[in-house]
Amino acid sequence: MNEKVIYVKNLVKKFGGFTANDNLSFEVYAGEIFGFLGANGAGKTTAIRILSGLSKPTSGEVNVAGFDAYRQTEQIKKNIGYMCQKFSLYEDLTVKENIVLYGGIYGMSKSLIKQRVAELMSKLKFQEYENRMISDLPLGLRQKLAFSVAVLHEPKIVFLDEPTGGVDPITRRQFWETIYETSSRGITVFVTTHYMDEAEYCDRISIMNEGKIVALDTPERLKKQYNASSVDEVFIKIARPN
Amino acid sequence: MLKAIESSGITKTFGPTKALDNISFSVNESEIFGFIGPDGAGKTTLFRIITTLLLPDEGNMQVFGLDTASDYKEIRNNIGYMPGRFSLYQDLSVEENLNFYATVFGTTLKENYDLISDIYSHIEPFKKRLAGKLSGGMKQKLALSCALIHKPRLLVLDEPTTGVDAVSRSEFWDMLAKLQQYKITIIVSTPYMDEAMRCDRVALIQGGRILSIDTPQKIRENFSRKLYTVKSSEKYKLILALRKNKDILTAYPFGDSIHVTLMNDKSDNTLSEYLTGKGITDAVIQEAKAGIEDRFLELMEKNVKAKGEGQRAQSTGRREQSNTTGQ
Repeated sequence: MNEKVIYVKNLVKKFGGFTANDNLSFEVYAGEIFGFLGANGAGKTTAIRILSGLSKPTSGEVNVAGFDAYRQTEQIKKNIGYMCQKFSLYEDLTVKENIVLYGGIYGMSKSLIKQRVAELMSKLKFQEYENRMISDLPLGLRQKLAFSVAVLHEPKIVFLDEPTGGVDPITRRQFWETIYETSSRGITVFVTTHYMDEAEYCDRISIMNEGKIVALDTPERLKKQYNASSVDEVFIKIARPN
Repeated sequence: MLKAIESSGITKTFGPTKALDNISFSVNESEIFGFIGPDGAGKTTLFRIITTLLLPDEGNMQVFGLDTASDYKEIRNNIGYMPGRFSLYQDLSVEENLNFYATVFGTTLKENYDLISDIYSHIEPFKKRLAGKLSGGMKQKLALSCALIHKPRLLVLDEPTTGVDAVSRSEFWDMLAKLQQYKITIIVSTPYMDEAMRCDRVALIQGGRILSIDTPQKIRENFSRKLYTVKSSEKYKLILALRKNKDILTAYPFGDSIHVTLMNDKSDNTLSEYLTGKGITDAVIQEAKAGIEDRFLELMEKNVKAKGEGQRAQSTGRREQSNTTGQ
């Protein structure tokens, strides 16, 4: 678990006179479930865009999946997956079409895509849905599929944006089990969320405030340190110190 | 005592989907009443019926003793509604939006300033700014101000805290608590289970049905079994091991632990032995108090069972249906 898949040192990102990321340093390991938290406007989105090769740092060292965030953004994109709860799949395509489309985007071969379609259909027990539109799928299944598509190309890291917001408690837990299973295969799961009890599921969490990382540890140790019963309380204590 | 809302047997169908299935409840005056449930549970449909925007197929809905079908005009004068999607005029300024809503209800900002001052004061420095240019938290405060501008007796808030960060959420609930002094009845929906604790009473809602109505405290106490938390550094291995144990009724991940209930409430003595046998040597087992979400899960299981047919993906927490988890 000591292989570093994300290495960030003194990352600074400025937009004109505004410093969105102010000297961030952190590391994330292979197979880790890492929660990336912060209030609206704290700078999370900026950092994630850099980590996923969509934007370049102003200064500092950033390495993702072994690739440099200044020069190797295309390789970074090939080695990560991304899922957000609401918009990951094309609603007017079928289940199978979505898988084939994403496989193509990830540059997978036709035979590999075909194999993955078959695997997913049996693993998710999706056979009856193969040719159904995404819009016909219940939310829980849609979400599972979105996740499976995000890791279709076996990336080193998968970024999840509020993965279980709004789903029912049972579906939510099934989804976390899928995340555990994925992490046990060595894929790093990088979660951003407003939903503080989602943060409780992570191995470690970082909390950003005004462009800086102000806390980084396991949920348990942070709760102890801030004398709080939940991550929610930790978060509020950090963001609103009085 | 007059109820703020009295509802019996409300059913609403959209094509093949039963959005609301025989919903009955009542809300007392000056109460903060929460509808807690996931997306698709029927919360928004129900709120649209309460606010007279939609008629039910069956059942009866009264707001302050007035019927939502026949007396809708009078009801509308007495409610403030904040829909889930931001629906103020984006190209009007903060102040213009407020004045517009005040005028529609035949009042002025000045007349009810006291009521909203607490909330409005946060955004007043930006009153010339266009509503579309506000941050999420500020939009939410403006929407609440507009919903309150005519001093409604009933405030209806549809998922006001969704997508809002934890600090703003907490502040929002503080504002609602303060509104109670004005004797305003508040109904609010949310998918966040932890927000139930901020309500006087809550209805847990799922698949168009109400699973339970009670105070948050009682709902937790109604959890029917002994609950244990089990922790280990090897979470996934732990889940798989628990699933294979015949004495375990349910095992659900809850943050950094697994919440476990045992068949016939057996004692937990043998559990740690069993886990050691499975190669999990650092397991910590403790008895725990159930939360709202534990109870919600328990009620969902019962509801699924009662419905008889396998609501597809549901119910993996149960041992006997757990064969799908990966290897």
